[in-house]
This record gives sequence, structure tokens and C-alpha cells, in this order.
Amino acid sequence: MSDKKNWPLWEIFVRSKNGLEHRHFGSLHAADAEMALENARDVYTRRNEGVSIWVVESKNITASNPEHNGEMFEPAQDKVYRHPTFYDLPDEVKHM
Amino acid sequence: MSEEQIKNLEAQFEARIARDEKIEPKDWMPEKYRKTHIRQMSQHAHSEIVGMLPEGNWITRAPSLRRKVALLAKVQDEAGHGLYLYSACETLGVSRDELYEQLHSGKAKYSSIFNYPTVTWADMGAVGWLVDGAAIINQVPLCNTSYGPYARAMVRVCKEESFHQRQGFEIMMKLANGTPEQKELAQDALNRWWWPSLMMLGPTDAESIHTEQSMKWKLKRKSNDDLRQQFIDQTVPQAELIGLTIPDPDLKWNEERQSYDFGEINWDEFWQVVKGHGPMNKERMKARVGAWEEGEWVRDAAMAHAEKKQARKQKQAI
Repeated sequence: MSDKKNWPLWEIFVRSKNGLEHRHFGSLHAADAEMALENARDVYTRRNEGVSIWVVESKNITASNPEHNGEMFEPAQDKVYRHPTFYDLPDEVKHM
Repeated sequence: MSEEQIKNLEAQFEARIARDEKIEPKDWMPEKYRKTHIRQMSQHAHSEIVGMLPEGNWITRAPSLRRKVALLAKVQDEAGHGLYLYSACETLGVSRDELYEQLHSGKAKYSSIFNYPTVTWADMGAVGWLVDGAAIINQVPLCNTSYGPYARAMVRVCKEESFHQRQGFEIMMKLANGTPEQKELAQDALNRWWWPSLMMLGPTDAESIHTEQSMKWKLKRKSNDDLRQQFIDQTVPQAELIGLTIPDPDLKWNEERQSYDFGEINWDEFWQVVKGHGPMNKERMKARVGAWEEGEWVRDAAMAHAEKKQARKQKQAI
């Protein structure tokens, strides 16, 4: 009878308390977003781990390719002038 | 990719692991690493799922509400642990359906310990104390394993698991301090679960075919024999504390090694159970496959309902 439609995969993000960002907790299968939220509550917050949950269908996430990490992230490595320690200040200036 | 290039990538990969770097799903990895991880993680997930069955057996018959809520929560945790591990496994490109198929067809293994029956309430105590105790010893080192999603799932599993062992020990303690009949029940459960729990930590190092490679990939940090010794050394004093006797006449403190010497393990029994001839292998698979097949209409209905809702929403938007 079933034409083999599997429940899609969802990524689960949980805010553990107000003031903190939502963090990726894991994934699960569910028929729709509403069920993904309910399942996420049972799978990832059985011990008060969260106050807010986001669910995103996994196929909607675009991820960078680790094979391109060189051109993607290396350009930032030689830009030391983006860090405060690059600038020389006299010791008398205590906080800046 | 040429053979030379692959060799090069493999060398870089091994070096990353040696530096304690984590491997994430989209990183290049040797095919053997991927396969070994799928095998171990899915086996682990299957064990959590099948592990619900021997305890589920006692939920309706728990002797008090306190025991019942604890047992329910423990079984629910096991479902959760299975799900963390399945989804970690899926990051390696295998589908949930394939994983279930491997379990249901008998192609994939699960921990042999769950092929023993839980015949009395005291077994709930012994399972929590010994089986979860042995599982924790096995699992704690995995929180540092090289594959990121597995390590993260294990951190959560280990955090939740410690209540499992404590509630089991509490059941044993209560029975051991109860009437003579209750104490006998506890001793009987210990007698039946002791040896299978030692076997659960895996074949001896000499017989373990996966150990060396797994050590290199940090899928394993201690050998089976070391883990077993650790389990025995930690459990014997706990048994003494509640006045129960470990069913091993050869068990003796070794002053020189600062460890317990113990008797011969019946490995024939272990291999028999692994090969499917344990007391409950057939029963467990029947229950698991039955649950999956009888739940099919629910899964299909949920999907159909979700599609209908989606279609209705789109119609309204027009």
C-alpha cells in the first residue's frame, strides 16, 4: 500500500536559555515541521535543555565544502591588522 | 584519483587524527573509516533500540509509582540514545531505512546481552547496575572519539546514562536489604547477569579482530580486557556493600596487581548468543520487526496528513 515515502530529515537547533543563541543539537526524521518540533522536544529536551527550538529541513541547508577550505578561509589568516594586538600603543594607555 | 594521491590523503588523514583533530561528515575520509564507523555506530544504535525490550517487559509491573516513572524514563532515554546514534550514523551517507533493514534482516548485530530474558523484577536492578554499568565503561572513552558527530552523541548519552545505573543499584540495594525472599531474588539476578555482563565488554584482546585499527582511530581507547578488569574492580566492592555474592569462586583480590583475579569466562556461550542462539534472539527480533511493520500505517498516515496540510496551505495562498 505504501509507496515508500520516508519521513524527511530535520536539523534541530535549541536555545538552552534566554540570552544564548540556538545551537545545533542533532537531527531527526518527521513527517512535517510541526511533528519535527514535537519530536525534537522529546528527543533533545527531556531534561530542561531548552527554552526554544528551531527545526529546519536538512535539504534546505547549504553547506560549504571542506575541500575548498583553502580559498574559503585562508585569506583571513594573514590579516593580522584586524586584531587589536596588531597596533602598538604606549604602556601608559591602560584600557583601549 | 590516483593511488599515489589517495595514499597522500590517507597519510594526512591519519596525521589529523593523531593530532586529536576531529573528523566532520563532509571531510574526506578513507572508505574503511566510513564503513567501520557505520558498522560500530549502527550496532550501538541497534543495541539501544533492542535494549528497550527487556525492560519494557516490566514497565506495567513495576512495584511502585516511583519505580515505574524511573523505568519509563530510562526506556525513553534508550529510545533517545538510539535516535542520536542513528542520526549521527546518517551523516556518513547511509539512510535510516538501510540501517533498519540491516537490523531486521539480521545482517547487523546488536549487543548480545539483550538476548537474555528478564524474568523477575530484580532483573531490572541487575540490568541497570551491571549492564548499564558495563555500557558506561565502554562509552565514556567514546566521548573523545575522532568522528565529531559520534563524539557529540556520546557526550549526551553518557550524561544521561548515569541515572540508569544508579536507579538499578538502588533497586538491588532495596531488595538485598529486604526480606530473605527479596534478597534471594537479588542474588539470583546477580547470578544470571554477572557473566553475560562480563562478556558484553567483548571478546578477549587476542580474539578481537577490530581492536588495532579502532585504537588508531580512537574508536577505542582501551582494550576489551582492560575495560573488563575495570568493570570487575569497580563492581565487586559495590556487591559487597549490599551483601551480595559475585558468582565466581575464583574471584580473588590480587595484592600485587591491585586488581581482582577472576574465573574463566564461557566464551562458547558468548559466541552462541552472538550467532543467534541465545535464549531470546528470536523473540527480540520478532518484537522489533513486529513493531516496525505494525507501525507502517501510522508512518504512512502521518506523511499523507502532512502532504494534505501542505497542499491546503498552498491553495489558500493562491
